[in-house]
Amino acid sequence: MALIVGELINTSRKAIKPAVENKDAEFIKDLAQKQVDAGANYVDVNCGTMVFNEPEMMAWLVETIQEKVSAPLCIDSPNPKALEVGLSLAKNGQPMVNSITAEKERYSTILPMVLKYKTKIVALCMDDSGMPETAEDRLKIATKLVGDLTAAGVSEGDIYLDPLVKPVSTGDKAGLEVLETIYQIKQKYPNVHGICGLSNISYGLPNRKILNQVFMIQTMTMGMDAYILDPLDKTMMGFVYASTALLGQDQFCMNYLTVHRNGLYE
Amino acid sequence: MANFESVAQAVMAGKEAQVKDEVKSLVDSGAAPLDIINQGLIAGMNVVGARFKNGEMFVPEVLMAARSMASGIEIVKPLIADKDMPNKGTVVIGTVKGDLHDIGKNLVAMMLESGGFKVVNIGIDIPPEKFVDAVKEHNPQIVAMSALLTTTMLHMKDTIELFKEEGIREKAKVIVGGAPISQDFSDEIGADGFAPDAASAVELCKSLLGVA
Repeated sequence: MALIVGELINTSRKAIKPAVENKDAEFIKDLAQKQVDAGANYVDVNCGTMVFNEPEMMAWLVETIQEKVSAPLCIDSPNPKALEVGLSLAKNGQPMVNSITAEKERYSTILPMVLKYKTKIVALCMDDSGMPETAEDRLKIATKLVGDLTAAGVSEGDIYLDPLVKPVSTGDKAGLEVLETIYQIKQKYPNVHGICGLSNISYGLPNRKILNQVFMIQTMTMGMDAYILDPLDKTMMGFVYASTALLGQDQFCMNYLTVHRNGLYE
Repeated sequence: MANFESVAQAVMAGKEAQVKDEVKSLVDSGAAPLDIINQGLIAGMNVVGARFKNGEMFVPEVLMAARSMASGIEIVKPLIADKDMPNKGTVVIGTVKGDLHDIGKNLVAMMLESGGFKVVNIGIDIPPEKFVDAVKEHNPQIVAMSALLTTTMLHMKDTIELFKEEGIREKAKVIVGGAPISQDFSDEIGADGFAPDAASAVELCKSLLGVA
């Protein structure tokens, strides 16, 4: 079964920003609970838009969410200070960090926290030379990331490679390159996970939900086994369970049948 | 029979080969090169920009239209003296320090170019000092900064501060954009404007410079 990271607690979303600014604890707790109820294994926490007090808001969010849910958190920030604060407070199981990259400065700042808190780590396939174009570019960076992280003591099973999804509207091969990348990664490192968000792929095009859903199915077919998505999107989650069963990853179709009985497909 | 309207239509449809054919036949029939640009190519692209903003056209169609327009310009450009080329103003555009995102920035650059601006695209990961150098070198009327990361957006502020220190803040209008950027943020760091998308960025530049 794919690992689902619920993406809704993110201050770049219009509905969330005021709730965080006003420290509306009930709203945040409720949103965390709803995501877990809908099948999220991890609850993402991102308050990156609070540029002037991100660590402080991160602390409040982590503590607030943990008052309500026992699912582990994905501490999501490129800001080392916010990550450190979030991780120091995270007490629900093994936290996840989103994300490290092969950019020298970012890698060396984030790695110590991954080791200190023994986290799962989202490793984004980009380095100082810029955004990768081809599957080959991505694989080169993925290989470096997996090699460096495991050498530093991170187990393969805690690494979630994000192939870096770019819009298909600005490059016809953008989807294909990711599919190729994830396939190759799984061939090379069966124990390493693949993760991605789904909204980048559809930027600039109409009917974005359809593109996002189909891309989830395509990437899962190629071996992707974790997604950062909106678990309250029933259609998307319905496809996640159906796709998992069809790929032989749901013994006796039990998860599929359970969500069916719970009304997911109504 | 080619006319300005059919050139505009071909640009809107993103039909590059047709745009080239029609522009050539207009040139052969003696149409003024500047009119071909203004009443044909740019006119078509203006419609594309408006439809894009309204959600009636989409990024791939805009890219095709822009490419068609550029091919048309290539044909007539040699017939026009440099100083007579339509130029609504010069824009220096770049993604700020520490940020490697280029897709949105390039879209804005392309829309501005298609809208008749001269665009100097200085790339990604541009530190404040390089923006300063670009202002001194190119004398733009507008500096456009892009950031996609919440950790890099503050470099927009650093860049504006350095412009002040260098005494060039008044030389050019500064505009900002990118996923985490808002009008509030733009006001807070003392930028002259913010645009939420590429088509709005063109309108913003026009209104800041008072050109149609």
